[in-house]
Amino acid sequence: MLNPPPVLKVTDVTKNYRHVQALRGVNLEVRPHEVHALLGDNGAGKSTLMKIIAGAITPTSGTIEIVGKPVSFTRPADAQQAGIATVYQDLALAPSLTPGENLFLGREIMRPGVWGGLGFVDRKAMSREASAALATLGARTPSANVEVESLSGGQRQAVAVARASLWGTSLIMLDEPTAALGVAQTEQVLNLLRRLRDERGLAVLLVSHNMPDVFAVADRVTVLRLGEDVLTADVADLTTDDVIGAMTGSGVVAAPALGQGSTR
Amino acid sequence: MSAHDTAGTPVPAETAAAVDVASADDGDLRGSRLRALVAVATGRRASSLGILVLFLVIFVTFAVTAPAGTFLARSNIEAMALSASQVLLLGAGMTYVLIVAGIDLSVGAMLVFAAVTAAKIVAGYDDAGLLAVVLVAAAAAVAAGMLWGVVNGLLIVRTGIPAFIGTLGTSTVILGLAQVWTGGINVSGVPIRLQEVFGIGKLGGQVPYPVIVTVVIVAVLWVVLAKTRYGMRLYAIGANPEAARRSGINVGGYIVSVYALMGALAGVAAFVDVSRFTTATVSGYTSTALNAITAAAIGGTSFWGGRGSIGGTVIGSLVPATLTSGFVVVGFQPFWQNVAVGSVLVLAVSLDQARRRRLAGS
Repeated sequence: MLNPPPVLKVTDVTKNYRHVQALRGVNLEVRPHEVHALLGDNGAGKSTLMKIIAGAITPTSGTIEIVGKPVSFTRPADAQQAGIATVYQDLALAPSLTPGENLFLGREIMRPGVWGGLGFVDRKAMSREASAALATLGARTPSANVEVESLSGGQRQAVAVARASLWGTSLIMLDEPTAALGVAQTEQVLNLLRRLRDERGLAVLLVSHNMPDVFAVADRVTVLRLGEDVLTADVADLTTDDVIGAMTGSGVVAAPALGQGSTR
Repeated sequence: MSAHDTAGTPVPAETAAAVDVASADDGDLRGSRLRALVAVATGRRASSLGILVLFLVIFVTFAVTAPAGTFLARSNIEAMALSASQVLLLGAGMTYVLIVAGIDLSVGAMLVFAAVTAAKIVAGYDDAGLLAVVLVAAAAAVAAGMLWGVVNGLLIVRTGIPAFIGTLGTSTVILGLAQVWTGGINVSGVPIRLQEVFGIGKLGGQVPYPVIVTVVIVAVLWVVLAKTRYGMRLYAIGANPEAARRSGINVGGYIVSVYALMGALAGVAAFVDVSRFTTATVSGYTSTALNAITAAAIGGTSFWGGRGSIGGTVIGSLVPATLTSGFVVVGFQPFWQNVAVGSVLVLAVSLDQARRRRLAGS
């Protein structure tokens, strides 16, 4: 049986800013139906690589393939068109709009017929679809008509992830999705990621430096250090010490500082 | 607990299956429900219920305390409607501007410039057909206002100057140019027929045309803001421009369109005033922009963008008109109106602030 092509294949990507090499040749492969974690300490190149995949910046050299097809993104819309949806840390939701309006912002559902032609939106339909999308992710908001401003942090994250799942047809990329959340809400968000994979059949790229999150949810992991990928493996075959060793460049360390800061 | 312990602990199946973001924080949910109820009761994006009640209280108080046949007299209601209609027309435009987190202080100056343009063009054409005069004057006023609106919008979008400073500057420039053009003297000679038929005319002998113009335009603006994609995107732009941008919305274009609309409405108001007075007045519009902002703010439109409604602005423009008329009829010094309007404004905005704090604290 032929293996399906990876959803995302990054080969030898470099990025130079004047004399600084942010990325010095990164390889990354995200397979279909997997949660893939991209780990790295601060300054390892995570966010640079993320921005390249999202089309926000262009690489100096190297190639990117989406489902086997080479692509070159020059702006975020290119990446969105290729089926990549990004959930940024700031979520980018409009607080005075409802979840439905947020999910469909920029791609609104219009009323049928003449009214739609005149620019009238169908808020009921957007609200219904939003509830359905949130339900698929196992997340419920108190009401589809409540403003996002009155939702909790975990609920807002759910809205942002649902929005991405609606528009990302191949890959959902998330930047530190649990950074601002408490223990219970973190668990809920990790479940959102599992559901993206299991219910929606999507590939998920989780950009993080939170070790417990990664071990709880990821299938495979790639570790970046100083602009290079230094480790890619199945999470099941790894211990935290392996990962910390790869992140810091030392062999095996006791590593009190790295994982625990965010363990709670 | 070390990182490794956490990682090694498998997630219980029940937890994984029964993810319910809402049920995990019940207190939060209850708060949300309450807030949802309040939001439904007060209109979705503005806290205008309180101000509606306040308006009704003011209105009924004057209706009861005023001598019979004064406050509720047809002529008085008509006078109040006329005095509210310009504030409402411009306040509706200002609501759009405030919703995209902008502000426009140049409304009065644009109005003067548009009035001067219209009056200069039609002055002396006493023998021309009435329809032609109406159309030319209206088109000239709206075009002149809109032109300055586009200038405002481009200035704010392209340079990133705060709208407050940008329109403060253009306000002075526009008014200055109007004064240079006219030598600082009012422009008269507008065909008197324009006044007779439109300016002080009434539809079916009942409703003044200026009021009808305002009602029709404001009704359209209400529906557009509340029901269309354009309106929905304006709320999004005001609430979080970055979110709108990432959704592929041309944020700058929308903002320019809103300032253009504000300018066009100043042009409509200019046409109405030229028709009513057959003169383009160069002075006397210094508080026009502030009155429009007051109406929108009393109506619950937020200065931080993303929140507001035309319905609120309708009430917000009726309050000052009612107070002015009411104090006169009851026999108070009319200056009390200023005291009352200012107090209502401060009260309305502080309510909005308290509401924001409550939400932010959740």
